[in-house]
Amino acid sequence: MSTSTLAVAAPAETMRERFGTVTTELLDRDDSVALVLADISVDQFAPLAKRHPDRVINVGIREQLLVSVGGGLALTGLRPIVHTYAPFLVERGFEQVKLDLGHQDIGAVLISIGASYDRTESGRTHQAPGDVALIRTLPQWTVHVPGHPDETETLLRSAVADSGRVYIRLSERVNSQAHVTRPGRMVPIRSGRRGTVVAVGPMLDPVLEATRDLDVTVAYAATVRPFDARGLRSVLAEPNVALVEPYLAGTSSAVVSDALQDTPHRLLALGVRDAELHRYGSPADHDRAHGLDGAGLRRDIARFLESGT
Amino acid sequence: MTVATITPPTGSYEDLPRLIGLMSGDEKHETSAHSTLDVLWVLYDQILDVSPERVDDPTRDRLVLSKGHGPMAYFAILAAKGFLPVETLPTFTDADSPLGTHPDRLLIPGVEVSSGSLGHGLPLSVGIALGLRAQGLGDSRVVCLVGDAELDEGSNHEAIAAARAFGLDALTVVVIDNDTATHGWPDGIAARFGVEGWATDDVYGRDHAQLAAALSVSHGGRPNVVVAHVESPWEAVA
Repeated sequence: MSTSTLAVAAPAETMRERFGTVTTELLDRDDSVALVLADISVDQFAPLAKRHPDRVINVGIREQLLVSVGGGLALTGLRPIVHTYAPFLVERGFEQVKLDLGHQDIGAVLISIGASYDRTESGRTHQAPGDVALIRTLPQWTVHVPGHPDETETLLRSAVADSGRVYIRLSERVNSQAHVTRPGRMVPIRSGRRGTVVAVGPMLDPVLEATRDLDVTVAYAATVRPFDARGLRSVLAEPNVALVEPYLAGTSSAVVSDALQDTPHRLLALGVRDAELHRYGSPADHDRAHGLDGAGLRRDIARFLESGT
Repeated sequence: MTVATITPPTGSYEDLPRLIGLMSGDEKHETSAHSTLDVLWVLYDQILDVSPERVDDPTRDRLVLSKGHGPMAYFAILAAKGFLPVETLPTFTDADSPLGTHPDRLLIPGVEVSSGSLGHGLPLSVGIALGLRAQGLGDSRVVCLVGDAELDEGSNHEAIAAARAFGLDALTVVVIDNDTATHGWPDGIAARFGVEGWATDDVYGRDHAQLAAALSVSHGGRPNVVVAHVESPWEAVA
């Protein structure tokens, strides 16, 4: 078993912490930005709430209201940042996301923590591997899946400056380095001849470890909607594409297929396989269960490349 | 074209049955079948600071029709008050009409919220009131119209508790109570708001003077609810 041999240490700061410092700065500087909370991360924003009691709104444990209040604020011209754990932000009040934002044609920045299974010890209730798949059913959403605190900052600033609907998915899992300089663009990491591996957000480091001795191109995407089709086509070597997402496997299969509709291609979609594991343990345990650890990724990607020859 | 023959709205309450008839095609124009008619009329005629020229004015009042089904009374009043050309009324539910069985804010200037699915208007209204207050526009009223059966939706109760906690005195909820909630509201609907610290009032929902009086009172620091009782639909058709 290879353990982590990456030379660069993971950043000391979490993406959640960077979300806090950037959001604080944005609200201090711009009185059209508001923050809506539902009892999560309230301590982190307590000083900010003291300075701006009308623009830092904690609705309590009321997640339907959380999203609706974001919608109401946007209807008056404010730019709301709406935040809680992923399952409670996207799944609990999904109709609020659909109707109180999308159907009203107003904008908001939804920013979640917890990701697919940051909280493995908490069980299924705090896990949301289906969040991005759900958002994908709604038109005109941008979805960012940053893999580093610096990317969180870049993508959050661009999201707040925008007026549309943006979902930002934060995780405690991070890559050792940031790669995003232009929001929305896929970043080529290395090139190879046998196929292309698209790593999404925090999956990049595990993918790089898994493909170290494989002759493949690795491209990095921290934005999955809209999907950078041109970016993928420009790095494509052999049209064998392995898509590695840190949430429900296959979530972006359709957009990758659309991007390659003029090219005969093969697609392997890796990600969370079974949302109902009924297991606790560590995120590393769950990585192994879903085949998202270095060894599992290597096995599946190598087999995929072999089967195509 | 027959549209050229439509008489312009007179702007009076007596004109509403005719305007509704342009949508329903119904000759009898039974106003009692429209539970929201009198409340909406009083709001647009006497209470709300709104006009067709000021649909984007940040200082305008907001009417959020949460109970979006059965919107013919709403559309008739919007036409009577000049928000909607009367010629659009006969196009009701046509493919290219701005009018359907639930209102769409993208299609009708002056409609604040697109509604239909129940339990969304009141939580959105809480957000609107918070947003106005944060921008120093707390003098603008937010009036949300819901139905008694709509209160079954739990999302309303998240909003009712939070509105009191936030002290949203710009927020008024009007509940059209035609006694259609499947399991009813023991002790009455007002009590559900009163226990959360709202100012409450019960009025007859067809009495314009009662409605206007209840909707004109301000309640410092607290949101208020006006429960407008109207005949049940079963009585209305009897």
